[in-house]
Amino acid sequence: MAGPSLQHPSSTPPNPTEVAQLEEPLTPLHQPLLHESGLKHTSGEARYVDDLPSPPGMALCLVLTSPHAHARITRRDAAKARAVPGVHAILFAEDVPGLNDVGPVIHDEPLFAVNEVQFMGQSVGVVVAESYDACRAAAKLVEVDYEPLPAITTIDQAIAQGSWLSDPHVMKRGDVDAELWKSEVKLSGEVRTGGQEHFYLETQSTLALPEEDGSVRLLCSTQHPSEVQAIVAHVLHVGRHLITVEVPRMGGGFGGKETQAAPFAAMAALAALKLKRPVKIWLNRDQDMAQTGKRHPFMTRYEAGFARSGELKALKLELFSDGGFSTDLSRAILDRAMFHSDNAYYVPALMFTGRVCKTHLPSNTAFRGFGGPQGMAVIEAIMSRAAEVLGLDPAELRAKNFYDDAPRNVTPYFMEVKHDRMPRLWKELLASSDYLARKSAIESFNASHPHARRGLAITPVKFGISFTTSFLNQAGALVVMYADGTVQLNHGGTEMGQGLHTKMMAICAHELGIPPASVRAMTTATDKVPNTSATAASSGSDLNGAAVKVACETLRARLQPVAARLLGVPSESAGDILFAGGKVFLRTRPELALPFGKVTQEAYLSQVPMSATGFYKTPDISYDKSTGRGKPFHYFAYGAAVSEVELSGLTGEHRVRRVDILHDVGASLVPTIDRGQVEGGFIQGVGWLTCEEVLFDAKGYLLTHSPDTYKIPAFGDAPLDFRVQLLEDAAQPDVIHGSKAVGEPPLMLALSVVAALRHAVTAFGRPGAHVDLKMPCTPEALLNAIEAVRSV
Amino acid sequence: METARSNPKVNRLRFTLNGRQVEEARLSPTTTLLRYLRDKLQLTGTKEGCAEGDCGACTVAIAESGPDGRPQWRAVNACLILLPMVQGKTVVTVEALRGEDGAYHPAQEAMARALGSQCGYCTPGIVMSLFEATYREDLKDRPWKLDDQLCGNLCRCTGYRPIREAADRVAGSCPADRFAQGLAQAAPQSMELRLEAEGQKFFTPVRIGALWDVLDFVPEARFVVGGTDLSLEVTKKFARPPVLVSLEGIAELRELKETEGAFRIGATVTISELEAWAESRLPSLARMVRYFGARQIKHRGTVGGNLCNASPIGDLAPALMSLGATAVLVSRAGERKVPLDAFFVGYRKTALQPKEILAAIEVPRPGPEARAVCYKVSKRRELDISTVSAGFLVEVGADELVIRAQLAFGGMAATPKRALKTEAALLGQKWAAATVEAAALKLAEDFTPLSDHRGSAAYRARVAANLLRGFFEETRVHAQPTLTSRHTGTVQTYEL
Repeated sequence: MAGPSLQHPSSTPPNPTEVAQLEEPLTPLHQPLLHESGLKHTSGEARYVDDLPSPPGMALCLVLTSPHAHARITRRDAAKARAVPGVHAILFAEDVPGLNDVGPVIHDEPLFAVNEVQFMGQSVGVVVAESYDACRAAAKLVEVDYEPLPAITTIDQAIAQGSWLSDPHVMKRGDVDAELWKSEVKLSGEVRTGGQEHFYLETQSTLALPEEDGSVRLLCSTQHPSEVQAIVAHVLHVGRHLITVEVPRMGGGFGGKETQAAPFAAMAALAALKLKRPVKIWLNRDQDMAQTGKRHPFMTRYEAGFARSGELKALKLELFSDGGFSTDLSRAILDRAMFHSDNAYYVPALMFTGRVCKTHLPSNTAFRGFGGPQGMAVIEAIMSRAAEVLGLDPAELRAKNFYDDAPRNVTPYFMEVKHDRMPRLWKELLASSDYLARKSAIESFNASHPHARRGLAITPVKFGISFTTSFLNQAGALVVMYADGTVQLNHGGTEMGQGLHTKMMAICAHELGIPPASVRAMTTATDKVPNTSATAASSGSDLNGAAVKVACETLRARLQPVAARLLGVPSESAGDILFAGGKVFLRTRPELALPFGKVTQEAYLSQVPMSATGFYKTPDISYDKSTGRGKPFHYFAYGAAVSEVELSGLTGEHRVRRVDILHDVGASLVPTIDRGQVEGGFIQGVGWLTCEEVLFDAKGYLLTHSPDTYKIPAFGDAPLDFRVQLLEDAAQPDVIHGSKAVGEPPLMLALSVVAALRHAVTAFGRPGAHVDLKMPCTPEALLNAIEAVRSV
Repeated sequence: METARSNPKVNRLRFTLNGRQVEEARLSPTTTLLRYLRDKLQLTGTKEGCAEGDCGACTVAIAESGPDGRPQWRAVNACLILLPMVQGKTVVTVEALRGEDGAYHPAQEAMARALGSQCGYCTPGIVMSLFEATYREDLKDRPWKLDDQLCGNLCRCTGYRPIREAADRVAGSCPADRFAQGLAQAAPQSMELRLEAEGQKFFTPVRIGALWDVLDFVPEARFVVGGTDLSLEVTKKFARPPVLVSLEGIAELRELKETEGAFRIGATVTISELEAWAESRLPSLARMVRYFGARQIKHRGTVGGNLCNASPIGDLAPALMSLGATAVLVSRAGERKVPLDAFFVGYRKTALQPKEILAAIEVPRPGPEARAVCYKVSKRRELDISTVSAGFLVEVGADELVIRAQLAFGGMAATPKRALKTEAALLGQKWAAATVEAAALKLAEDFTPLSDHRGSAAYRARVAANLLRGFFEETRVHAQPTLTSRHTGTVQTYEL
């Protein structure tokens, strides 16, 4: 382990699992790079918002929150609290100069509640003081009187009372009722999936610095700096040009900092402007969990018609999501759940209806997969059930229903499935995982063991890539070159650990033919790249990467004539000048190469502009919600997983024994980073589906508000035998350097664990026994399912 | 008290941090090490992820000597350590790991090379757990011990596979570097302390006689050792306990002794010390201790703390009750012994009198034929609180008849409790499946469990009975089976 190779990701090793040493390749692209901040993470030098040195006079915040899920506010009095030593201000709705709202799409989310509170933990005001002790002392003295109102705390109550946050969204094809009636086998039931806490290790935090001209600079842990800027501007009633938002880096996001960083940033900005002093807001873990939204729980009613052969004939779905008290992104999340209710399967006749429920709970929000996992969980439960009922091998039944040649290549929203990688991927994974032999080994284990059973399952993932709100599919970059040949890279994406900066640096270095060490990825900031979309929807590298490429192409085109002059090449051949390995040379005369820095120095002396912007928008996508038709996605990402589990019939505890994943990331931009996304996404999905249980009591109090009671997977929960492969020879046309998005799709591969657990549960009972396995598959849920199949 | 007053060194906090001597006299004694590092020293590499010892982002290392006197690096949660608890000790944070030449510690290099960090927020804590692992000789070829070493460090990004790769590389490598040398030089200094600041008092006597003096002076004091429970009042409820007395500095409370017939476990023996010691002596207890908590918690939590807390879901109580343990209680007046069953007198209440402490636990040595196993069922295998826990000991005499049955449960009642009716149904009966089935029915007479977010009453009742069935199954193979590396449930499955 020689030192220098670790200093920057340029000297990069070949084996994705272990980064050994290699000769420096000409381009960092498609190479197994280290994470650009990896060493800084390990040394503690990597700074997050709460680690920044406190500026002089900085004040701290404590959010005043509602103790009721639903109540009328009858009185507020902070006079005593304001008198506490060290208190600078206590702010309420009347202190907001602009719009008292932080709703990202619909204005139904007050920054501070005015007359009514709608969930336990909703912000009523904020205490700003010189210390947290002073904040807490003051908060105890703030008097708010409430008149409790009836609260809706479950999807079922919301449906019963007609409490909605959206109109129904409908997708329809053929005469589903007639096809259901004609089907040889009809299944019906309901599938529920639970919420999921993001549990980013770094909680919500913003440091607001008041500057000249009534402007505010915010250092904010957010996936969506432009939206924070927009919301803060309208809260403060100023133009966006007075608000700058910077994102140093995030300690995890997972969707939880897409919209939900904004309210806290707005409170800090408001206080900073009022008090003319720096103000930091930081939530501790319990506050963060109680005050912010989570993955949407869903309840879906289904009716499915199958042929005895296992072919799906018709599918009718009614999806209900728990949006919480405000709209947030719930409609788009419901849409994506519906877009993924087919997963990888062709559904000839269908009707999908979806609606967002309004409850008196925190407003549920984006979470890796953005509804996709909730949609897929339903169709996968139906496929498992059909295989159980029909006595077919679930792998065969699933494969039988895959998209195929026309006419079986059209999605429920009438988009044509192109570049379908599933059949190839499925076949390769069945072989490499030794599925058939292992399945028979498991059958003999199950026949002989007194109280344990094993299960094995393979499930597919087809995930649509693009924001389904089509105009969001745009990105910008600003690349700044200095005369010495070093480069500052600005792009609209934010780094939350997913390795976006590593990929963007690789693209930039590749395009300019320089080592990644010459490129510095800058803090994401709204004053560098304006009007950006959230780093979300797995789109970060696709959109920003393409924008970076465009900016670099502009710079290259400006440098070519300069290099031509230096090389003595006729100007009409300037276009044949290449940039690679830190050198600039004519394609046909590589031996006469100039150092990149020499060309940039000459460019400066020749008065050539040294910075360029790049812009990219995804071509040809649109969707008409009123007709349920369109092409909402640029392409689909594919993957499949085989999971093997062992389940105790005494306690319902299980262990994932082995996982094999084959995932399609196109021509991977940085395979080490992509592998990390696949592994991490999978385990996060396993958490959602097995040990993570968000529980509210009947009054709307969050029982699981810290890691004491909310359990994400721990070190020993990861399978020891975890085999991840990226699909080879899979370059995707019309995407940056043939790559594909990777952030979200692998999460849904975890549905293979649920399917495997179902298989293990069935082994406790007679063949064909109905498996009623609730998600998350906690030991209790599993033991209940086991007892149920045993008793028939 | 006079000696303490006349010695100014015991009136202030003194410890070694990253190679430098630190002294503080004016800080609240309930300032946590984490807040001190971040707020006062701007050492922000150590992160707050939960402030309750459940995530490990705040992990730092402390040089400590175990009962055998050998100093070792111990990963601990800085969020739960009150500054007086590091009095006289040596603390290392992530900032000190890089050498002056800029070279990274092997744990740092291994993590970066394996891409063991994504967002990086948990990473300094993981590096510090790997730092301990680097110097642990017993970690070679013991994969489950790696699970134990790292289960206290949550990572939300990576899925852990690359972290295991880094751990495999450095665990047990024991380089002879400056930290190994520093350990040799970190001779333990006295923890003695008598601190009054910010309206709070904290005493750490170092002799039992001095303890009684302190208690006469501040009879309202609360006892603390590792602080893994008490500190939560500070970090979660923002309480400022006015008077704390730490028992951590009294050497005789931390002894592990054995005689021919019994073991004696000092009350301030840490769970990690107990674990290493019990492995060969009390396999059933060792089995419970394995999933007691994270390594960081095991390093600070103590036998006495877990018992005196008297929680219905404390893991040691059912284990020790099944082994027939006795609590040794000591006051200035002398010593008295109480069977552990009688030590728990109500929900979070013990038989301790004012100015009396739990000094030790005595455990009779189980006979070689005794069947003894402990079980723990929780939502997550590692670092979770029990839904149901159990300790079982059964001895079978001539004609396969049960001559001793000690069955204790946690999570089934307001206190850890013996299942006396179930035991009665076993005694004198043939040790056979039918007897176990008949006895399992009696559990419903012994317990009326509650429903909560950890599990429903029905689940608890069903699992309690199934654990007894599993105990019968499992002890048909071995009388006191130890846990295999990657077992599925708390009741092990054996490859057939």
